[in-house]
Amino acid sequence: MDRFRMIFQYFQSSSESVMNGICGLLALASVKMYTSFDFSCPCLPQYNMAYGLGIMFVPPVILFLCGLILNRQSLVMLEEWRRPQGRRKKDLAVIRYMCSSIVQRAMVAPVVWIIVTLLDGKCLICAFSGSMDPEKFVGFANVSTVQVQQLLAKVPCKDDELMRNNTSRKAVSRYLHCWSQALGWSILLILIVAAFLARWLRPCFNQATLLQARHWSNYIDIEQKIFEETCCEHSRLFAHKCILHFFESMRQEIKLHSFSLPREGAGAEGEEDLLQGITDQDQVNKLLKTWYYEKPPLDVSQATQR
Amino acid sequence: MDKFRMIFQFFQSNQESFMNGICGIMALASTQMYSAFDFNCPCLPHYNLAYGLGILLVPPFILFLLGFVLNNNISMLAEEWRRPQGQRGKDPAVLRYMFCSMAQRAMIAPAVWVSVTLLDGKCITCAFCTSVPVETLGNASHPPLSQGEIQRVLARIPCKEIYNGQQLIANEVAVRYLRCISQALGWCFVLLMTMLAFLVRSLRPCFSQAAFLKSRYWSHYIDIERKLFDETCAEHARSFAKVCIQQFFEGMSTDLVAARCHLPRKVPADAGEAAEKLLGITDRGTMNMALKSWHRCKPPLHLHPPALPTGNGWAGEGQPPTHPSMPLRETAAYYSWV
Repeated sequence: MDRFRMIFQYFQSSSESVMNGICGLLALASVKMYTSFDFSCPCLPQYNMAYGLGIMFVPPVILFLCGLILNRQSLVMLEEWRRPQGRRKKDLAVIRYMCSSIVQRAMVAPVVWIIVTLLDGKCLICAFSGSMDPEKFVGFANVSTVQVQQLLAKVPCKDDELMRNNTSRKAVSRYLHCWSQALGWSILLILIVAAFLARWLRPCFNQATLLQARHWSNYIDIEQKIFEETCCEHSRLFAHKCILHFFESMRQEIKLHSFSLPREGAGAEGEEDLLQGITDQDQVNKLLKTWYYEKPPLDVSQATQR
Repeated sequence: MDKFRMIFQFFQSNQESFMNGICGIMALASTQMYSAFDFNCPCLPHYNLAYGLGILLVPPFILFLLGFVLNNNISMLAEEWRRPQGQRGKDPAVLRYMFCSMAQRAMIAPAVWVSVTLLDGKCITCAFCTSVPVETLGNASHPPLSQGEIQRVLARIPCKEIYNGQQLIANEVAVRYLRCISQALGWCFVLLMTMLAFLVRSLRPCFSQAAFLKSRYWSHYIDIERKLFDETCAEHARSFAKVCIQQFFEGMSTDLVAARCHLPRKVPADAGEAAEKLLGITDRGTMNMALKSWHRCKPPLHLHPPALPTGNGWAGEGQPPTHPSMPLRETAAYYSWV
């Protein structure tokens, strides 16, 4: 019993650390996904922007939804939000706290993806190479409008026959790469400063309300876990009683139909008890057949009253 | 008992995480299968589409079926579905819950295969290379070719070594175009699946939460009941076997002694446990005969109740039980050995 209590306490205290772990794993998975994804810009005028911005924004949405799905607390929060009031009042502050902690954790992986994308630079180069001003670059300055669009669209593709040794291509590429990395680092800096301020300044406002909200959100989580465990234990006991009752009723039926000598003597206890009065191949077959064809009703009240 | 309960609770609460583990392993296996598979586009006009779409759609179907086969609960679902009603009503909500949870887990590996295939791009490139818009992407100054010729040339796009249509349309341009379309489809597919999963998971507490709790409880109950019944049957079989064998040895030793007309060996009162366990068989010949009899003539699956005390002077354990219901066949078969 002590061991059970120890495991349970560990599990309780680690509900938050389990969620933080999942959050970290998703962030790592997002970096791995980016490195294993084979980015290939189409290098066509209308398609570049769609592809580049698509790769930058669609996976973060997917990662955000995954972060919400994998977090157990989001279900708990939804249930608490939608439950009928009954005899327990609903505290909106608790629901708000849970919601904000869930969303904060779910935002980590998408932000990691966006920052990695910007620092790498390929997406931005692909998306915005067609929007460059050709006058700024020597190689593209004196070309007709239609052709310049085609050429600019091919900038992300180093191995294209037109672009292979083009110095202006390298210039455009470097320019966009620089902008992309600057944007990436700026976003990272802003987010870290915001997180730092939020964490540091939080105790200055509503600390008591925060403690209450955190306590009760933890409570709701634990209560649900314990309810599920209690249901499991209850169904095990229910099944046990039901099966014993079934064997007992089979034994009585057999006693009614057969005329075997009553059990007396020294060996009555022990193994014979476990046999429940079923001591014959036919009886066992009948028992198994009855189990399949006529399962006992889900009612152990007679068994408990005995 | 506490320890048993603790272990059982752990197993039960982890039944779901066990199934999730299998699900994750199958998803990893599906990515591994894809990277180990040697994709070889046929580069022929009508075969490309069949091959590409086949590789895209047939393995997911196989993985889906495999997901059902590897799930232990499928036999439980089938049993519950087909059993006669008897004294216990059937609840279709429980069956639906069990089927839905199994189907959801089985869908993950096929979805992973389709996503990885689309994001990689080889299948779509192979399947749709003949549909590349040559007018917009191709070179304007290509020599006029018949439709069939164009199809044959375009079909070779995935096979760079034998591609001979650089004047018609550059290979890299076509491959990049098809890849872009394929990856866009892949990301859209993943987004769709994730949104579907999110909606299914988050809409459930808003509707029918009580019905869900009920179905979940009873589906766990059916699982536990089946396991407990199997355990009880195993215990019963063990006791049955033990008593059957015990009665066999008792029967042997009684009949041997009766056949040899020996005076009963009076077992001293303080013989101890070891003498009890010998079950009356104390020499090599007797043991050999017992073993031979066990092999050639197993006792019937019919345990007789233990004997009433007869008071015929036998001391200690190993009183010969009278066999009121012992079939004559066995006795006759045994005596043939004497």
